[in-house]
Amino acid sequence: MTWVWSNLDFIWDRTLDHLLLSVPPIILSFLIAVPLGWLAHRYRVSRGIILTVVGLFYAVPSLPLFILLPFIVGTSVRSPLNLIIALTLYGVALLARVVADGLESVDREVRQSATAVGFSARSQFWQVELPLAGPVLLAGLRVVAVSTVSLATVGAVIGAQSLGSLFTDGFQRGIQAEIVAGIVATVALALLLDGILVLLGRMIMPWTRPHAAGARRVAVLQRVAV
Amino acid sequence: MIEFRSVTKRFPDGTVAVDNFSLVLPSRRTTVLVGTSGSGKTTLLRMINRMVDPTSGTVEIDGADIGTLEPVKLRRSIGYVMQNSGLLPHRKVIDNVATVPMLRGLNRKKARADALRLLDTVGLDRSLADKYPSQLSGGQQQRVGVARGLAVDPNILLMDEPFGAVDPIVRAELQQELLRLQRELDKTVVFVTHDIDEAFLLGDQVVILRTGGKIAQVGTPAEILANPADEFVSSFIGAERGKRSLHFENHGQGDVLVDGDGRLAGVLVDAPAAQAKAAQAKAGPVSGPGASAQGVEAR
Repeated sequence: MTWVWSNLDFIWDRTLDHLLLSVPPIILSFLIAVPLGWLAHRYRVSRGIILTVVGLFYAVPSLPLFILLPFIVGTSVRSPLNLIIALTLYGVALLARVVADGLESVDREVRQSATAVGFSARSQFWQVELPLAGPVLLAGLRVVAVSTVSLATVGAVIGAQSLGSLFTDGFQRGIQAEIVAGIVATVALALLLDGILVLLGRMIMPWTRPHAAGARRVAVLQRVAV
Repeated sequence: MIEFRSVTKRFPDGTVAVDNFSLVLPSRRTTVLVGTSGSGKTTLLRMINRMVDPTSGTVEIDGADIGTLEPVKLRRSIGYVMQNSGLLPHRKVIDNVATVPMLRGLNRKKARADALRLLDTVGLDRSLADKYPSQLSGGQQQRVGVARGLAVDPNILLMDEPFGAVDPIVRAELQQELLRLQRELDKTVVFVTHDIDEAFLLGDQVVILRTGGKIAQVGTPAEILANPADEFVSSFIGAERGKRSLHFENHGQGDVLVDGDGRLAGVLVDAPAAQAKAAQAKAGPVSGPGASAQGVEAR
């Protein structure tokens, strides 16, 4: 514990590093997965191809990927950008399928009625299908957020400073408290991001709030009373 | 006026949903398409807003071939009400009603103000405006659906089994509400149902369809009841089973009306003034001393 108290600054800095490494991949993978998932959902032929290929990214082990990326993308070997790109790939691998499934989950009747009242294909995607796929997208995004935070620790091995540095440093110098602090901070960060996503979801998708069920009961009671 | 001219619809799998269908649907009247499933009634309805395009033949609205019109624009000018309301679950009641005017470019504030007035029109309390569809009862959702259908003040209102999923009491209520609205608003209503009683109640013109979108009979409810074209129509309207032929029986407590199955159908009373007037209007000029006497003559 003494180690923790005397190194709060260090832990805080690594936490910030960790955030900078894990938040961009979460956002980027979402932005990339939406059009990919849409393509997979929209055209039967592309569904199998896109989802299989994208899904395979996840099978690539992370360490070789870190080593290969600089050659493919042209970044320097120790650049944190490698980590961000790799984590984005993993995020896309998970999310593309989720987006396709989420769009698929939109009630057929709602979609038909949207067409019937005069939504164009574009307005229907943005105003009806994407928002209604929201709960599924959020579930996928939460998994990606947590897994990205945990994966980002690997960055320490290739020299990108993160909470993972607490493990490597702790191991090398035999400081157990530092290793534990790294684990606890990583989990706390994952929980924090997860919580933020849940709150965001409630704000953006108020119709999914549980009060809807309660209010329905009230509506029924009112009807009975009338 | 909506006109079908020799319309055929063959789906890619080979099913012929509608076969060489021709019909005129007069303006400001309610035409009910009634038939069992597979009779092509919903396909016919969807041809009017180009949700389905005919394989051959044309559909015209006021003389213009709608095949030449842009589907999205056409749909925004036609009201559409469907079973289970089809409301957008992620939008509040008021925004659901305001949806189509806003798609047409009306600003949000004006669209919402209009939507509030429409809630009055369909008999919904304004306090429901900020609720989500899932918070409403089935009947209320259906009313919101009607309000949404009326939001752009369309000349044509398409209704696809709109009251099919609500309980009988609410359904009767909604049917009366639709009759009231139609008296006030005078739309060209095309209504699809499989319920012949609903068809007779709501329709100025009733079209009975057999499988494959073939017309079995077209006429006013009175014409069809009085002269069913063939056995199919008789059986469809229940005349064959005697459901429509009523006779008097005296069970000691006064005369009751009994149908051909021996089921008690009701009692004969004087027609209320408003309904008698409507009945006269529907039946055309009548001779005879008065509406109440007419009911007895009909026997």
